[in-house]
Amino acid sequence: MIYATLAVEFFKIGLFAIGGGLVTVPFLFDLAGKYGWFSVSDLADMIAVSESTPGPLGVNMATYVGYDVAGIGGGIAATLGLVMPSIIIIILLSRFLKKFSCDLRVQDVLRGIRPAVLALILTAGLEVGKMAVGNWKQAGIFVVFFAAIHYWKKSPILYIVSAAVLGVALKL
Amino acid sequence: MSELFNLFSLFFKIGLFTFGGGYAMLPLLQDEIVKKRAWATDEEMLDYYSIGQCTPGIIAINVSTFIGCKRKGVIGGIVATLGMVAPSLIIIMMVAAFLKKYMDNIYLVQAFEGIRIAVTALMADILWNLFPKSITGRFGFFIFVLGLAMLLFFHLSAVSVVAAAGFLGFVHGYFQRRAK
Repeated sequence: MIYATLAVEFFKIGLFAIGGGLVTVPFLFDLAGKYGWFSVSDLADMIAVSESTPGPLGVNMATYVGYDVAGIGGGIAATLGLVMPSIIIIILLSRFLKKFSCDLRVQDVLRGIRPAVLALILTAGLEVGKMAVGNWKQAGIFVVFFAAIHYWKKSPILYIVSAAVLGVALKL
Repeated sequence: MSELFNLFSLFFKIGLFTFGGGYAMLPLLQDEIVKKRAWATDEEMLDYYSIGQCTPGIIAINVSTFIGCKRKGVIGGIVATLGMVAPSLIIIMMVAAFLKKYMDNIYLVQAFEGIRIAVTALMADILWNLFPKSITGRFGFFIFVLGLAMLLFFHLSAVSVVAAAGFLGFVHGYFQRRAK
């Protein structure tokens, strides 16, 4: 059943995507490869929509993928699957530990995971980049946007909207 | 009952006004929970964040479960989390339905060609900022290179990369402390 598959797959993502946000993206690439539900360019569009609408990025991505695969029920199943590990773990923690602080061993594990997450996002970024930047004109636009984002640090929505206008104006 | 409704509507509001999630919602949470309601102190709020960070799952969700749980037990944790995700569910499904219907429109196709370039640039900027924070020392660099090799050359899954890196981090920490 598709709803159960979505819930289980997103439960796994909720459990392993430590930090959230863009960290869910590499896991979604794996889903795309495993089930063929959507393509890399679909995924880039989903990132854009999720960044420019309210709500945590990871939750938005889960809702979008679930809806895309199996309609409204799919969106709900994927989102509930994603938040389930958090609910279970946090409730257990706040029950058994009055004042929880990060255990040294937990910190060791996280110190190992952080650089790996960087490798994950880099690999996902390369996939999106290969599909988005195909010629010199697009490469030029990429450099201009990267510089603008890096130096002005405005909201992502501003860049996404202006890139949309540019796309229509230049007939990309 | 009214307390649960308050939790739901508060986190609904926070979900509705947060873009990106994680740290972007900290100022809003502080304003609503510390200043307006006095449910927690600034210090407790930062504790919730550090717990949210070192437990699996999305930080925004972990923090909302935690606060809900502190206020009203297990049910409170669940209700707060559902409030947090409800705006995403409603808004994303509406946008997705709209795009599905009009995605063959030429202007929309061109707009998304442009948007994908901006998304690549946004990801590049995040990586640029994350690099010095995530890779500290030789061990971190080793894990980074190992992770890249696992992904690019052996095409292993994201789950296996995170699991391997967490295990190596644990072993590294263990021997480092024993050496002291």
